[in-house]
Amino acid sequence: MPSADDLVVLRPEGMYCPAGDFHIDPWRPVPRAVITHAHADHARPGHGHCLAAAEGETVLRARLGGVSLQLLGWGQTVVHRGVSVSLHPAGHILGSAQVRIAHRGRVWVVSGDYRVEPDRTCSAFEPVRCDTFITESTFGLPVYRWQPQHTLMAEISRWWADNAAAGRTSVLYGYSLGKAQRILAGVDAAIGPIVCHAAVESLNRAYREAGVALPPTRLVSEVTDRADFSRALVIAPPSAGTAGWLRRFSDPVDAFASGWMALRGARRRRGVDRGFVLSDHADWPGLQQAIAATGATRVIVTHGQVPVMVRWLGEQGLQAEAFQTEFGSEEAQSA
Amino acid sequence: MKAFAALYAALDASSSTRHKVAVMSDYLRTAPPADAAWAVYFLAGGKPRQTVPSRVLREAACEAAGLAPWLFEESYAAVGDLAETIAHLLPEGAATDDTGLAQWLQTRLLPLRGAAPADAARGLREAWAGLDWNGRFLLNKLITGGLRVGVSRQLVVRALAAVSGLDAALIAQRMIGFTDARRSPEAQHLAALLAPTQAGVTVRDGRPYPFFLAHPVAGEPDSLGDIARWQAEWKWDGVRGQLVLRDGQVWLWSRGEELVTERFPEVVRAAQAWAARHPAQAAAGTVFDGELLAWDSAASRPMPFAALQRRTARLKPGAALLREVPVRFLAYDLLEHEGRDWRERPLSERRAQLERLLGEAGETDGAGDAGSAVGPREQGEPGEQVEEGKTGEQGGQGEPVDTVEPVEPVEPVDPVDPPGALPRLHCSPRLSAPDWPSLAALRASARTRGVEGLMLKHRDGAYGVGRVRVPGGGWWKWKLDPLSIDAVLLYAQRGHGRRASLYTDYTFAVWAEPPGEGEPPALVPFAKAYSGLTDEEIRQVDAVIRRTTVERFGPVRSLQPTLVFELGFEGIAPSPRHRSGVAVRFPRMLRWRTDKPIREADTLDSLRALLAGARDDPDPQGPHR
Repeated sequence: MPSADDLVVLRPEGMYCPAGDFHIDPWRPVPRAVITHAHADHARPGHGHCLAAAEGETVLRARLGGVSLQLLGWGQTVVHRGVSVSLHPAGHILGSAQVRIAHRGRVWVVSGDYRVEPDRTCSAFEPVRCDTFITESTFGLPVYRWQPQHTLMAEISRWWADNAAAGRTSVLYGYSLGKAQRILAGVDAAIGPIVCHAAVESLNRAYREAGVALPPTRLVSEVTDRADFSRALVIAPPSAGTAGWLRRFSDPVDAFASGWMALRGARRRRGVDRGFVLSDHADWPGLQQAIAATGATRVIVTHGQVPVMVRWLGEQGLQAEAFQTEFGSEEAQSA
Repeated sequence: MKAFAALYAALDASSSTRHKVAVMSDYLRTAPPADAAWAVYFLAGGKPRQTVPSRVLREAACEAAGLAPWLFEESYAAVGDLAETIAHLLPEGAATDDTGLAQWLQTRLLPLRGAAPADAARGLREAWAGLDWNGRFLLNKLITGGLRVGVSRQLVVRALAAVSGLDAALIAQRMIGFTDARRSPEAQHLAALLAPTQAGVTVRDGRPYPFFLAHPVAGEPDSLGDIARWQAEWKWDGVRGQLVLRDGQVWLWSRGEELVTERFPEVVRAAQAWAARHPAQAAAGTVFDGELLAWDSAASRPMPFAALQRRTARLKPGAALLREVPVRFLAYDLLEHEGRDWRERPLSERRAQLERLLGEAGETDGAGDAGSAVGPREQGEPGEQVEEGKTGEQGGQGEPVDTVEPVEPVEPVDPVDPPGALPRLHCSPRLSAPDWPSLAALRASARTRGVEGLMLKHRDGAYGVGRVRVPGGGWWKWKLDPLSIDAVLLYAQRGHGRRASLYTDYTFAVWAEPPGEGEPPALVPFAKAYSGLTDEEIRQVDAVIRRTTVERFGPVRSLQPTLVFELGFEGIAPSPRHRSGVAVRFPRMLRWRTDKPIREADTLDSLRALLAGARDDPDPQGPHR
């Protein structure tokens, strides 16, 4: 239960560290905020001063523009009002960080969103020992168990190759920040040209500036010969899939890449031809594994399947509770 | 089993009907006939009786997955489908079972029926162990009886037509009865479906014809052209049925191809009495299409649909129920006459013959005609001759006259049916009106008559199959605009299937009394609805629900009232079982009233006013509209 010694408490504007007088991923403007990653429900505009991981600088600037930004290397510590703050990779998207907060012998970690399976578009998730772990639970149900990434990427490549052989455009919807770049880095780029929606392309640029190698991509508007579309993979945010937008392609086949695609109901609701279960969040075994690796005896769940995770952790003998946060508003797309 | 599981997965994954027909056709061409027969049975909606109780299934799954029951139930609530939930939760399997579908069903699944729980659980675990995800999902679906694959019966018919080269309409006709739960599909049944045609063969046995379905009138009906070319009837709110008389026997089928003969003994007796008077026609083959209706003789109108549901729910109705809820069959079409298929003939010809056979004139302009042969007389009960009092001069012979004067329609039945003398087999009357506005006036009276509106059928039209449009002809339903009320969203529950994990099933309430100053009055729940919103609206409402949750009760959330919706419904009836005192029929959301604060939602009085209007208000639309 909350006590006066807690390093992180919930305030109307977001999670707050009283000892250090700063917020973590607050949803209302505050003077000082630590930002775990650039997704919009965590990185909101309007804060006075932000602290974030150096790895994510380009994507944060692409999202937040000219914000006052202090950058930290992985594991590097700053001390503010006697509170030590360091950032550690969360493996979710480029620059996504877990925030380690240490004060008078106590250690808390705020994980933001995280994915435990590594890939080459961002630093891999790193377990951090702590007393109290603040976790997400987007896919906190045992029905969510991911296939290994190489299996999924092979499936996507095969789908694309089959469509290309039939002269049909492969339109793949995925969240424009993180998911899209992970797909780009994972598919077999030799199959055909890759064309990106403008919302995706601006983030590709941020990834490339940060040194992440991605295969060559073109904007939809840069394709002058429509015949190029017949073998193309088009990557677009989920909101782009309107009939008018699709009309330009050659007999398009569409698919959606998201952890939500694990459930048939979600696939059918999307109404796409194919769903690829590709998530940037931990699955049920991944959440368990990550929580156990921290060694924490107290766990606070912020968003997703909160009551389930709290009850399950309690049954494992941990002190488990919840923060009612405003995270996860983008989860339907970014997961 | 593997091949069918793969087909099932392919059908499930595809959203293109063309692709679905193609993969089904491929399967049907290559599968062994015994397997294919079962596949067609399942794809066309056949359901074997439940082999394992759902409780045993859940317990076996929890044990195999090593999960606490509460966590299983949480998973189920998120997935919304028991079969899929279990497939997700089971640990990886070996997927070594290569048995064919028919044999697999005979050796694995069907023996589980009636097994002791422990044996059933062991059988399930063994079956799961040999299957991959698709196979397990399919197995679970077969057990839960919910095998729907986004394949309509019509698509299965198309695939069978593609494989056999036969006409789809012929296949559809042969398909009737194929999914009867009481027999196992066998290779020979499939062979009969796909057998080459022989000239002049009619349907034998007690099988009905595929039902012809109507489309809703879009906009105003005067777009249909000259009213004289159209036959108008009441659109009944009952159960569609076909009454089949062949070789001295009677079969009664409801839509959905369910044989309901035993459920409606009074209708069957009336049909037998008719057959006794028309032995030649009954032996050769006569098929009527019409509507089963629970009838309130005192009020001369159908009872609310809920009354009829008491009858459809009962396999063998008792004497008390037969007395309380008498059912009749109102025929509106003749599909087979003297053993010949009449569906290609124009409606005017079919209708004239129908009226000759049932002995009634159709026009309800007051000139009803009992005809010479007289209406139904129930077997062995003297003094039951009915409908004689309204004999008019218009004969039931030949093409019915387009009467031009009427407008003042009479009730479909004599309002003073003596008790026990309800005509059980009867013609559904034709309505006459000189022009579309007059017909619209008739339609406006529908609610007080307990009907849904009007049917418009082209006099030259053939009787088609399903919803297929018949060139120049066709059937149109012209229903009343729904009753409507502005209600407050009070509870929400997660949906199933494609709506799982979203809050899509809503309970709505009205104010107990008009909100005044001071303490707000209570909200009284009165209807559940889950259709009418777009996917985008569902997402937005879902987000509000999550923000405004007050309490959770399992899958249900109670909400702080913030949202108002306009609800539409087809009917309203008093109901002592509901707190609001009313039961509404077919409620759905017409509009999200983002413009209305909750204080402006309707009250119990508004509901009562609709109720009064539906019962006896001279203004059939009720005071609300």
